[in-house]
Amino acid sequence: MQGANDLIEGDVLLELSDIHMSFGKVVALAGVSLKVRKGEIHSIIGPNGAGKTVMMNCINGLYHPQQGSISYRGQEINHLKPYERAALGMSRTFQKVEVFGGMTVLDNIRLGRHIHLKSGIASGSLWAGKTAREEIEHREFIEEEIIDLLEIESIRHKPVGMLPYGLQKRVELGRALALEPELLILDEPLAGLNLEEVEDMARFILDVNEEERWKVTCLLVEHDMGVVMDLSHRVFVLNFGYMIMDGTPKKVQDNPEVIKAYLGEEDLYATRR
Amino acid sequence: MQHDGSMQTTGVEITEDLTIPKLFFQQATRYGNNRVAMREKEFGIWRPITWQDYLENVKYIALGLISIGLEENDKVAMIGDNRPEGLWAEMATLCARGIGVWLFQDCLIDEVKYIIDHSDTKFIFGEGQEEVDKAISIFKECPKLQKIIWDDPKGMRNYDEDYLISLKEVQQLGRELEKEKPDLFEELINKGRGEEVALLFYTSGTTALPKGALLSHHNMLTMGQHLMAVDPCESADDYVSYLPFAWIGEQMMSISCGLQIGYTINFPEEPDTAQENIREIGPHVMFAPPRMYEQMTRTVQVKYLDSTWIKRKFYEFSTFVGYKVANLKFEKKPVTWYWRALEWLASITIQKKLKDHLGLSRVRNAYTGGAAMGPDHFRFFHALGVNLKQIYGQTEVAGISVVHRSGDIKFDTVGHPIPGTEVKIAEDGEILTRSPSVFLGYYKNPEATEKTLIDGWLYSGDKGFIDDDGHLVVFDRTKDVFTLKDGKPFAPQYLETRLKFSPYIRDSWVIGDKKDHISAVLCIDYAVVGKWADEKKLNYTSYQELSQMPEVYDLVEKQIRLANKDLPELAKVVKFTNLYKELDADDDELTRTRKLRRAFVEKRYEDIVKALYSDDNSVHIDTAIKYEDGRQAHIKTDLQIRTVRD
Repeated sequence: MQGANDLIEGDVLLELSDIHMSFGKVVALAGVSLKVRKGEIHSIIGPNGAGKTVMMNCINGLYHPQQGSISYRGQEINHLKPYERAALGMSRTFQKVEVFGGMTVLDNIRLGRHIHLKSGIASGSLWAGKTAREEIEHREFIEEEIIDLLEIESIRHKPVGMLPYGLQKRVELGRALALEPELLILDEPLAGLNLEEVEDMARFILDVNEEERWKVTCLLVEHDMGVVMDLSHRVFVLNFGYMIMDGTPKKVQDNPEVIKAYLGEEDLYATRR
Repeated sequence: MQHDGSMQTTGVEITEDLTIPKLFFQQATRYGNNRVAMREKEFGIWRPITWQDYLENVKYIALGLISIGLEENDKVAMIGDNRPEGLWAEMATLCARGIGVWLFQDCLIDEVKYIIDHSDTKFIFGEGQEEVDKAISIFKECPKLQKIIWDDPKGMRNYDEDYLISLKEVQQLGRELEKEKPDLFEELINKGRGEEVALLFYTSGTTALPKGALLSHHNMLTMGQHLMAVDPCESADDYVSYLPFAWIGEQMMSISCGLQIGYTINFPEEPDTAQENIREIGPHVMFAPPRMYEQMTRTVQVKYLDSTWIKRKFYEFSTFVGYKVANLKFEKKPVTWYWRALEWLASITIQKKLKDHLGLSRVRNAYTGGAAMGPDHFRFFHALGVNLKQIYGQTEVAGISVVHRSGDIKFDTVGHPIPGTEVKIAEDGEILTRSPSVFLGYYKNPEATEKTLIDGWLYSGDKGFIDDDGHLVVFDRTKDVFTLKDGKPFAPQYLETRLKFSPYIRDSWVIGDKKDHISAVLCIDYAVVGKWADEKKLNYTSYQELSQMPEVYDLVEKQIRLANKDLPELAKVVKFTNLYKELDADDDELTRTRKLRRAFVEKRYEDIVKALYSDDNSVHIDTAIKYEDGRQAHIKTDLQIRTVRD
């Protein structure tokens, strides 16, 4: 794994500046700023309730921050709805899997391809001409790039709800990738997985980040410190609405304030290895 | 007992000059682009590979191997799943006058190292990152190893070892060499002679370190021809290759028979999808070890338990008829018209569908061998209308030597010798074989060769006898026959396969040689028992916990009572325990072909054996388990011991 942990000084893809978000009197984010550069894996860590998921929800548009600006590729996106942000190339997975349990694996993944479908109702209802061509192209993409990458050939036609949790997480990642995102937001992709599944998932994240075909920028929220420190180029530490620091994994691990924030929460440093 | 007579069923005349590459070249030029040699499911679609494609791929790999320094009789090892590339690599090695060595896909590092080092392997073909990692980790310790060739680029982006080379690069080197020497490939092929070594095949060995059996081209080709003389296949047939190439049975079907007949070899998408892919292809011929058939039986039994009342009734009717008709056929009694009518009814209502689901709808001949298969499983398939046959063979005869003939099947025998093969029983009961397929000897092991090959006869180490109908009956390995309390001999495998007929029991190990009673150590089937527990609303978190639940013990006890039925009093299982894990080849408990390594488990689980013959009702375990990548984990637990109540 050369390359990981080296700082990437690319263009800024996503920038949060001075984000404030509160729910009634509860302040979730109190002036958070973050820069995610193209090509990196940027992790966000912090104790439970630090505001990590709120931050993710602000980025992909589920929440609208009361103050501050979010820009993507230099363009302010505060006012954009989640699907409009998805169309810009932003895709995410959720802490608790949000898949369509009654649909097959393939259908779930196809759904992620939705924004790339261009043909209209007329040709779609006849399944002719443009629609047919389009579907063949999308089928190739899904089979060759996603199913093969995630090694889910054997469950293609199974309803997702019947699958073990680890595989559901994989399917959710597949659906997020079907969008061909530029920025992939992963909210605790490793939570609830066993050691083998963690290793697989970590490999998939590295693959989509490093593989020429993908080169996806990843924003990763995760508690498994071993994996975070191994995979990330940068780590952002959030503590109850405030940033403690943002830097390389090495610097983060040595920072006394970070250690202090985690004092008494040793289990957060616990890793499965 | 002998079978002779010349046969030409495959249309290929096997002369002393004929080699596998020569035959391959003949067939490939004959069929060219007009016929599909292989099919591989990739990205969800079956993709055909014609004989012309096959030839070209093999040619450039072969020339590429020459380019990177392969010389006559150099060993080339292969490790990976069943894919066209694996077969191409093997064929290319043979064409380039090398010797092929196959390793099991799931071999541990130590095993890989032993075989690579012992065989003096020069190049190794690994499918992808996993295999390459294994090869890299032993590279320094195997001085003869020069290059690692890989094929699947996934995960390979950050490797920069200079001894790594991709299959594409090898083929490119081959193309360049062809421009320089356009006739080289054919010249190499023409140099070969039948008696030369083609494969160096490591036997799985239930007792000692693997031994390398040297098999000649002639061995392999005669093997294929003799089997095909018994049960001819056609070039339009389909065969699914999904069992490890490191198993001689797969070599026999894919190379020895496949090449002569020219049937299409189909490769599943992934090992996990094999069962589904078999169903899509519907092969005409099938050869698998008992565990595959055991798995199918279990699948059917579990589905039966799961289905609705009406479906169960239909199934019961069809099995009743199926068993009745199968028994009449086994006893060679006439099947009367009304049984025929009922059989037809059973066939159209249930059996056809069931066979389709199992991928057996077009199978003319299904073979099983490599380990013992219980009569219950055997009858199950015949009751379904599947022509399942036992075979008897070993790596040292390049495949098989004895097989059942259609219409003459007895489930406690393995049938008659195939043409060109003589089988006799030595005075001490050992089975001896003589045929053109008997191997050349063990590599770098003259003592073992001397003990195994005497005057052209192969000493198998198996015991058996020939029954009144001329069928060969094979006992367990000589060492594995028990003596019961009353002095009678007893084959533990018989009881083990009986126990395994229960869908809830995946593996069984029977103990009781020269002991007061018979005991059994059982491994529950995690999926089936897990589902059963879910339905009963029993909570568990792991195999270990599930296996030790009293309810599961009750369930297993019930299965043992069924297996005990009709057995003589002393051959019944009296005490048993559920093991906290499944038996695994990675822990050396099974061979790579899933045969129980009795001596090893007896030593490893000494405490359990002791407890089974004491008055204790539990035993404490503290042991290590190994993972394929060399990691270890510790397990501490208590196993319950239970006496089977009547």
